[in-house]
Amino acid sequence: MTAPQVELLNMTKRFGANLALNNVSLLIRSGTVHALLGENGAGKSTLVKCLVGFYHPENGHIQVNGREHRLNSPKDADALGIGMVYQHFTLVPSMTVAQNLVVSGARLPAYINWQSELKRLTEVTKKLPFHVPLDVRVSQLSAGEKQKAEIVKQLYLGRKLLILDEPTSVLTPAEADEVLGYVRSLTRAGELSAVLISHKFHEVRRYADDVTVLRRGASVRTGAVADLSDDALAEAMIGEPVSKMVQHAPKSPPKPNIVLSIKDLCVNGDNGLPAVKDLSLAVREGEIAGIAGVSGNGQLELVEAMMGQRDRNGTITVSGSSFNGTRKEIARLGVYGLPQEPLKNACIDRMSLAENLALRNFDRAPLCRGIAMNYGALAVQAERLVAQFRVKAPGLTASMNALSGGNVQRAVLARELTQDVRLLIASNPTFGLDFVACEETYRRIVEARNGGAAVLLISEDLDELLGLVDRVLVMSAGRIVHEVLADCADKRVIGKYMAGMKAA
Amino acid sequence: MDVTSIGWLTLPLAILGGAIRVSTPFIFVSIGELITEKSGRINLGLEGTLMLGAMAGYGVSYLSGSPWLGVLAAGLAGTAFGLVHGLLCSVKRVNDTAIGISLIVLGTGLAFFFGKPLIEPKAPALPSISLGFWSSVPQVRAASDVNALFFVGILLAFAVYVFLNRTGWGLMLRTVGDSEDAARALGFPVLRVRILATMAGGFLAGIGGSFLSLSYPGSWSEGLSSGQGIMAVALVIFARWRSINALGASLLFGGAGALGPALQGVGVTGYYYLFNAAPYILTLAIMVASTSRAAPFADAPGELKLHR
Repeated sequence: MTAPQVELLNMTKRFGANLALNNVSLLIRSGTVHALLGENGAGKSTLVKCLVGFYHPENGHIQVNGREHRLNSPKDADALGIGMVYQHFTLVPSMTVAQNLVVSGARLPAYINWQSELKRLTEVTKKLPFHVPLDVRVSQLSAGEKQKAEIVKQLYLGRKLLILDEPTSVLTPAEADEVLGYVRSLTRAGELSAVLISHKFHEVRRYADDVTVLRRGASVRTGAVADLSDDALAEAMIGEPVSKMVQHAPKSPPKPNIVLSIKDLCVNGDNGLPAVKDLSLAVREGEIAGIAGVSGNGQLELVEAMMGQRDRNGTITVSGSSFNGTRKEIARLGVYGLPQEPLKNACIDRMSLAENLALRNFDRAPLCRGIAMNYGALAVQAERLVAQFRVKAPGLTASMNALSGGNVQRAVLARELTQDVRLLIASNPTFGLDFVACEETYRRIVEARNGGAAVLLISEDLDELLGLVDRVLVMSAGRIVHEVLADCADKRVIGKYMAGMKAA
Repeated sequence: MDVTSIGWLTLPLAILGGAIRVSTPFIFVSIGELITEKSGRINLGLEGTLMLGAMAGYGVSYLSGSPWLGVLAAGLAGTAFGLVHGLLCSVKRVNDTAIGISLIVLGTGLAFFFGKPLIEPKAPALPSISLGFWSSVPQVRAASDVNALFFVGILLAFAVYVFLNRTGWGLMLRTVGDSEDAARALGFPVLRVRILATMAGGFLAGIGGSFLSLSYPGSWSEGLSSGQGIMAVALVIFARWRSINALGASLLFGGAGALGPALQGVGVTGYYYLFNAAPYILTLAIMVASTSRAAPFADAPGELKLHR
């Protein structure tokens, strides 16, 4: 079988009252890369999950090479040679790459002779352009290696239509080029067709032949990439003409006093191994320092250690006094944060919006009188913050669950940034947010900086980082390996450091 | 020869013999629990299964005259209990820990209820294999009288190792327990695998229970288990979810359990109850030592809700 042509016709899928896909059609031509572009929640994942048999659409047909097929389970998709590389990898972490390959085969072997099995797998994977160690546990691979292992798995299984779900979010620019470049060469050779889910225009432009833009479950634009301008794509994506991306506020030179100072920090990861190694850094008043790096290089552990959520060795001082993340210190030193996935990490999802807005100051007047809460004052504060940050919610007493991702973020911004912020720690603050909420987050971060706060921004999105920060630090394997002023930053050089290469 | 001629050796011999005897139910229960946990579920109900197995095994052995039929019946009773656990936990938002605790109560209750008429009669016991024939010292002979099920348990530990590492089904079980997403993406029947794994765990725990009532001297009473089903959960954590380790850990727990009786046997009668508490103290110590905030259960199956 060579590269198939796959067509989805009039796909409709509901989740309860929510229309996730509304009559979407999509044609993936044989031997091409078809990009699916859209904001979070636009229906990209739902659409491809129908294509791999995970979801069953209420309406619609799927045709492969002109013949109609019903896909009731991932097994049916397997049989047609359709495979997906998920964003959250579906390799089993505690098994080796070889075990993962064997377990994913169409037929489970009864008894496995690992010696001959390994020999066979080595033969198969030798032909691929990238090397993946077979006898290493997946949990010990870097995110980039996992991505490659996923693709190796798909090719090993003989898949002919490959679906890649935001593949580059965990890769360095060079790795992204290696992986997507290889997929593209395979499609060019007519051995494969591919679907690339993305929200990055330059990626779509570089690797895709055709593009379909989804918005709110509907296909709003489709065509050859070459025929569509970036502006046209962006407009289709958000449904209105685009205002310019983050306007860089004129940079004022940072003041000399250091707000955050970290010295010789060592932190262990969940697996008990060192994740942050002898890390030192300083952030000054009125500057945004950004930490770039591929996910899984110690950023999460660094943030958790700073916030007092994780044991650590080394010193962290804020404005000269030692900081351990106690509630008293947070209030006195003005340390606030924008964590990634705010609903999970910055909110209590079953408490109301008003209560969540009060998490920072419910234990101080006027929100409490002695040991009793003053619910009147709580409501007044919530009303003020909701108006000021334009949080859209069913009501102040609605539970946090009921808010959309963008509005959860606005609520968190309202709570954190209306305090007396002297140090802001933002960790992938826009992960999974829609366009408008991203813009708003960027604007508020820059405002906090301009108000004199020191900002430490940790982001896996290099474009986002370079657009915001005054100084870039690159983190790799638990250390800061490179530091450069944003004005002099070169993306390729940073990418090399992200990949752990010494010489640039 | 008389007793004094082997002197201080009496104590280690008694502990060794006791360890083998006490560890046998631990081997079965812990390997059963290990299989269940490898599928991503925890079955705390094995304490109840153990009692039910002890009762069912004794009853069937008494009625049929064959202890091995009793063992089989105990296993089947355990399988049924595993099925109940497996099915109940497959309902959305049902918590496996809570179901397990209720099954402890149900299992012991059922065992007491149906076991009332079994307290008096004498059922045929499982055979022992005497490995002490070469010695004329009675302590050596006593310590070397090893129940046949112990050897089955050793074989079981190795068989489970091979199953988990060298068979396709074993890999499927581990996939389901480690990453539900991956299992679904591969089209594995996640619920069915979990239910079967819980049934297999119940089968082994039932057999462990039959050992309690059918090994020498063999009797049914309501105080047979004394928490071994619960301790097996700690034992699996201590064994890092590896069957061969579970075998060793069972012997260690068995040794701790044999400490009290062994000391009594050589005439140390003080602190009897304190020494009898050794396995529980060991459990606590192991749990404290093998868990840490920095590295919560690194080897645990990913879907296991132990540390969330």
